[in-house]
Amino acid sequence: MLLFIEQCLNGLQLGLLLFLLAAGLTLIFGIMDLVNLAHGSFYMLGAYFAATFAVMTDSFVLAALLAMLATLVVGMAVEVIAMRRLYGRDHLDHVLATFGLILFFNEFVRLAWGPEGRNIPLPSWLNTSIELLPGVPYSAYRLSIIVVALAVAFLLYLIVMRTRLGMLIRAGASNREMIGALGVNIKLLYTLIFGVGAALAGLAGLMQGAILTAQIGMGENILILAFVVIIIGGIGSIRGAFIASIMVGLIDTVGRSYLPEFFKLALSNEAAATAGPAMSSMLIYLLMALVLVVRPEGLFPAGGR
Amino acid sequence: MKMALCAAGAVLALAAAPAAAQDKIKIGFVSTFSGPTAVIGNDMRNSFELALDHLGRKMGGKDVEVIYEDDQQKPEVGLQKTQKLIQSDKVDFVVGYIWSNVLLASYKPVVESQTFLIGANAGPHQLAGEQCSPFFFSTSWQNDQTPQAMGLYMNQKGVKSVYLIGPNYAAGKDMLAGVASTFKGQIVGQDLTKWPDQLDFSAELSKARAANPEAIFVFYPGAAGAQFLNQYVQAGLKGKIPLYTAFTIDELTLPRQGDAALGVPGAQEWVNDLPNDANRKFVADYRKKHADVPGPTFYGAQSYDAAMLIDSAVKGTKGNLSDKNALRAELKKANFKSVRGNFKYGNNHFPIQNFYLQEAVKNPDGKLALKTVSTIVENDQDRFHEKCPMK
Repeated sequence: MLLFIEQCLNGLQLGLLLFLLAAGLTLIFGIMDLVNLAHGSFYMLGAYFAATFAVMTDSFVLAALLAMLATLVVGMAVEVIAMRRLYGRDHLDHVLATFGLILFFNEFVRLAWGPEGRNIPLPSWLNTSIELLPGVPYSAYRLSIIVVALAVAFLLYLIVMRTRLGMLIRAGASNREMIGALGVNIKLLYTLIFGVGAALAGLAGLMQGAILTAQIGMGENILILAFVVIIIGGIGSIRGAFIASIMVGLIDTVGRSYLPEFFKLALSNEAAATAGPAMSSMLIYLLMALVLVVRPEGLFPAGGR
Repeated sequence: MKMALCAAGAVLALAAAPAAAQDKIKIGFVSTFSGPTAVIGNDMRNSFELALDHLGRKMGGKDVEVIYEDDQQKPEVGLQKTQKLIQSDKVDFVVGYIWSNVLLASYKPVVESQTFLIGANAGPHQLAGEQCSPFFFSTSWQNDQTPQAMGLYMNQKGVKSVYLIGPNYAAGKDMLAGVASTFKGQIVGQDLTKWPDQLDFSAELSKARAANPEAIFVFYPGAAGAQFLNQYVQAGLKGKIPLYTAFTIDELTLPRQGDAALGVPGAQEWVNDLPNDANRKFVADYRKKHADVPGPTFYGAQSYDAAMLIDSAVKGTKGNLSDKNALRAELKKANFKSVRGNFKYGNNHFPIQNFYLQEAVKNPDGKLALKTVSTIVENDQDRFHEKCPMK
């Protein structure tokens, strides 16, 4: 039972991390109708920026803030320089252009930081484990990811649901043409959303980077998961992204930990050891397929379409 | 007259071309040169090139041309690059392969074309047993051997129970099977994780802790080794459940593992401080030539040996590459100074060699380095050689 609680925490942590990535992705996709494969590059840049700033400032928290700011700036610059030319074009053009951006950023990182990856040093108060419940020691850093991501999710909720800016964002997600026709400065809104999306991805990247180290191409695998999340949650919906991320995180982690044991009941040990991991990595895609069959718009589609 | 001259010239040119080709030894080198594990491929290339420098860029008096190909750590890409080397470059030797799954995919086309294949890292059990080939030689090990040595060491330490964690691909399965074959205690659980994309091991570490073993054995090559070790420390397991490793700590990952690697034992057939002349020269010259990168690693040492092995065989046949039987007989002698100390080939063309215990230590200058602690097993032969029909 204690193990189950611990695995749920692990799943929650992965899910919330995915949420940070998916929130930006779903807004960009939903509001700007832009398929942004390069979102994973901001995730990677966040980690590399944090690695550099952590060495410079000798403080993880300061480095994290600076890295988010830097990815925000890079994101807005990318929007102004590259993305603006893509609005209203075919999705295939988006895929091609943003795939090009992935290659560009990977090579850029290789030139700027070298091919071997970077560590993000953690302060000692984060690099330990704490006794959450008696008998459940948990990594203090992973716990801090949960706390920070929940705080960001709450903040996003407040902004999207309670402010004028959020109203515009929601309006944009449900009907893009109408909001432009009503005289909202759509250009500025787009730049801002893209930048914030990039900064959130950067935050996810730098937090995960301290666990996984910063690597070239680190964003590409997790981006696939993020796309699964926004498909399950419904494109353009922050609430959908939040719930779907936690579902995906929990299913992935709990599946990984219990499915092999489960298979052992029916199969030989050898077959279970092979089928278990293979099956558990398929689970979230099965969920996505199921959602697509039952609710093709996703669980919480942004209204009006 | 003019026509005749032209024709004669053409004939000469045609005749000269194959002669020139024969004067040169062509080697195809397949490794990973892009992505997060490119540092391993670079270390192998640096070491192979260093060996060529030491040989005066010639093997048995012939010029050497090396064609490096990037497998991107993907079996299908490795196969494609290998086929290209054999069919269009028509290389005399194919060398390299970090990953067992890439080697398994690329193996058949090489040996079926009767080209010699020198495996410089991966050693899947299939190639040591039923699928052994007269055209395959390894300068590394059979996958099971290194973890087998670790299993023996855990017995020596009196470990009674262990939890095994490794990646779910050919080598990962071999490694866990290897440690299970020599470890006398109880295996309380094991996890195979999705490879190479799963880098978050929280679920596995939680399970390992809950199983309450006396030790954890782990195999994560390349960058994943740094990621695993960091997470093991963050989960608060260091100092609680000791870690035993194979191929998880090397010179490339050490800078990123830092103090987390201190005191974590690993088994290896080569360590940078092995006291023999060939090794001292290899390590010193590598560090002089490539001061900007950490290394050399065991991957590099095996690649260096691969070059020396080919050179010894070419010298042995006096440069005659067409007599494959003679070339094979020369390769089988392993008549060169290996940087791990000399070894013999078994019937399946895998080395019979020693395995050492290595540990990370802090040098007086504050830098971390790997050093040999003891010899775990001497003249170890892999456990699949009897299944190989070659005698």
